[in-house]
Amino acid sequence: MSSRTLPLLFINLGGEMLYILDQRLRAQNIPADKAKKVMNDIITTMFNKKFLEELFKPQELYSKKALRTVFDRLAHASIMRLNQASMDKLYDLMTMAFKYQVLLCPRPKDILLVSFNHMDAIKDFVKETPSILSQVDETYKQLIEMYTPLSSGEFQLIRQTLLIFFQDMHIRVSIFLKDKVQNSNGRFVLPTSGPVPHGTQIPGLIRMFSCSGEEVKKLQFRNGGNYTSALREGSFEMFGERVIKLGTNMYSVSRPVETHLSGTSKNSAQQKSVNTTPNPLAKEELNMLARLMGGLEVQKTSSVDNGFRVNLFATDEEEEEALISRPDEFSYDVINIQATKLSGGCTEQARY
Amino acid sequence: MTFHAKVELSLWLQRTRDDLKMYHKEKSIQIKSSASALYNNLSVLRIAPRNLTYFSVVHANMVNMVSASWDGLNYSHRQLQSKEPNVTTSSSLIMQAAWCVLPYREILVLTSQKGIQMYESDGSIMVYWHALDTPETPTAQAVFARGIAAVRDKYICVGISSGSVLVFDVPSKGSNITLSEVLEEHKESITDMASECSGSLECIADLVSADDSGNLSVWKSGEDFQLLNKIPGFDMSCSSVKLWKGTVVAGYGTGQIRLYEAITGIIHAEINAHARWIYSLDIAPFSGLLLSAAEDSLVRVWHLTVTPETNSVEIVHMYNECVTDTQICGAKFCDGDGYAFAVTGYDLSEIIRYTQA
Repeated sequence: MSSRTLPLLFINLGGEMLYILDQRLRAQNIPADKAKKVMNDIITTMFNKKFLEELFKPQELYSKKALRTVFDRLAHASIMRLNQASMDKLYDLMTMAFKYQVLLCPRPKDILLVSFNHMDAIKDFVKETPSILSQVDETYKQLIEMYTPLSSGEFQLIRQTLLIFFQDMHIRVSIFLKDKVQNSNGRFVLPTSGPVPHGTQIPGLIRMFSCSGEEVKKLQFRNGGNYTSALREGSFEMFGERVIKLGTNMYSVSRPVETHLSGTSKNSAQQKSVNTTPNPLAKEELNMLARLMGGLEVQKTSSVDNGFRVNLFATDEEEEEALISRPDEFSYDVINIQATKLSGGCTEQARY
Repeated sequence: MTFHAKVELSLWLQRTRDDLKMYHKEKSIQIKSSASALYNNLSVLRIAPRNLTYFSVVHANMVNMVSASWDGLNYSHRQLQSKEPNVTTSSSLIMQAAWCVLPYREILVLTSQKGIQMYESDGSIMVYWHALDTPETPTAQAVFARGIAAVRDKYICVGISSGSVLVFDVPSKGSNITLSEVLEEHKESITDMASECSGSLECIADLVSADDSGNLSVWKSGEDFQLLNKIPGFDMSCSSVKLWKGTVVAGYGTGQIRLYEAITGIIHAEINAHARWIYSLDIAPFSGLLLSAAEDSLVRVWHLTVTPETNSVEIVHMYNECVTDTQICGAKFCDGDGYAFAVTGYDLSEIIRYTQA
């Protein structure tokens, strides 16, 4: 549908990934210098100029499989290693968090404010490193240039495209369940209270007019909710208060990250990944992916000593158990792409 | 009933006990896959001679069709896929599916990123395919068809993302459907279209088209469609529109509903109806009941009275139904009186039904 969805999907998912990794690095007491290196390396890779150039080109959204591959590569852009189970869990959390944010956005245009919340946090992560900071600033400018002129209808199209991507995902996230923003069946709570979106009036008034335009009748009706007036509009510039809280960091060392895959509702049959049928468009997608990955330089681990593993679970045993017991319908098939030689055009070998 | 009596009745209905509610929830119909978040994502076709009702709901690149017998005992399902003209191109998402009722036949129309497919009403045979001009490499402006309406005896009109409206001439049977005209008036993507549904031949306006900037165009059908009026938007997308007894009912992204006189553009009423983007409007032509549904989880029923002689239009709120934790994407009456209505929601794999008590 909308050909302008991928940058927003990537930046917001990337932002969530950084929140989670930051929390895990601190929870596992990884030395500050190593943790900082990981965050800097990932952010540098995320905002690589060539990579972003490809990303911002008009294109259809990637499949879940393809996008997962990109994030796999990104998560391994530094000395940090993640086992399969942890990577799966990381991706579950990232996607459910952004799904929540997209769904709860008061107006479709507010997805841009959510993106700025992520960007603001990323900027804060790298505020001491000017070179990366300038990359981030450059990305702000690209976002502003591309998205601020769009109409409300075009933003809704972007939102609808994102919602198709997230369709049928109901993974339960501990932090959401605890905060009562997600039900035990995995569906998000949609309150019928609180401030109305900017530009919307509180429901309840009918005004009727005469042919000359004079108001002749005013009626009230019960709106069935508990709404309040809209808040002021957030800033769509490089700086400024965003007002919307969606997209800000909800994790902290004391609020661990957990997901539940077992005991999902009987609709789990519908929670299959979209691409289970043989995929004739895979070739085209692989080419797109290869071009994109060409811009993602993967750090070679210079010495084995420098590298370390991050666990998204409380213990190694739990992580192993999670890998074994992960239901089939939740498996992410990852595409293996080896960029062999980059001279002139890219020569890639794809296998999956 | 006088206007004041109607107001009293509506206020009373709002205060009543649960067992005196205007509508009650019936057994839902399960569908094979969940509804996608698309405007007007439910179409209903009542087939009285066979005691059946058809429902269609779009999921990504597929349409879920269910045929439900009125006794509630028989359900049969069918899934239609969007047509992919050649295998190497990317899959085509469907924007909308709707039945078009013409005097001698009913056609099921599917609009997607690649083009327009038309089927016999039970979805068994595709009778026509119109391909859109899709560029080789994707452009910033998306390409798709959206907005479907049957007009008078022989036309099916479909909107395009460029703002054009395609007018197809449909014979009483067979597949000799032809593109008769392209109406170039809108500059923004078409969101929805509606034809006059009162059945009255006195109404001059036959069709209204709506776009992403909220602009409405009012047309008279014929060999050459004639533009009768343009009603400007206020830079807010009009996602759903209906036309009844010469009155345009338009639902907007701000949650407002506005009623206009089609020919003149005079505004009759403005309602702060919903707290979020409106996704669907429907009118029961025999009773004047209006159904509105939005992302805010609410379905609301209103009563519309149009008196052409005195040029007066009145609207009264009748009923609310909250579909908990659901962003509604489709809501339609199942019959011309509004005795029953059906609702779809994003990520929901069922069609929820309500009937009057």
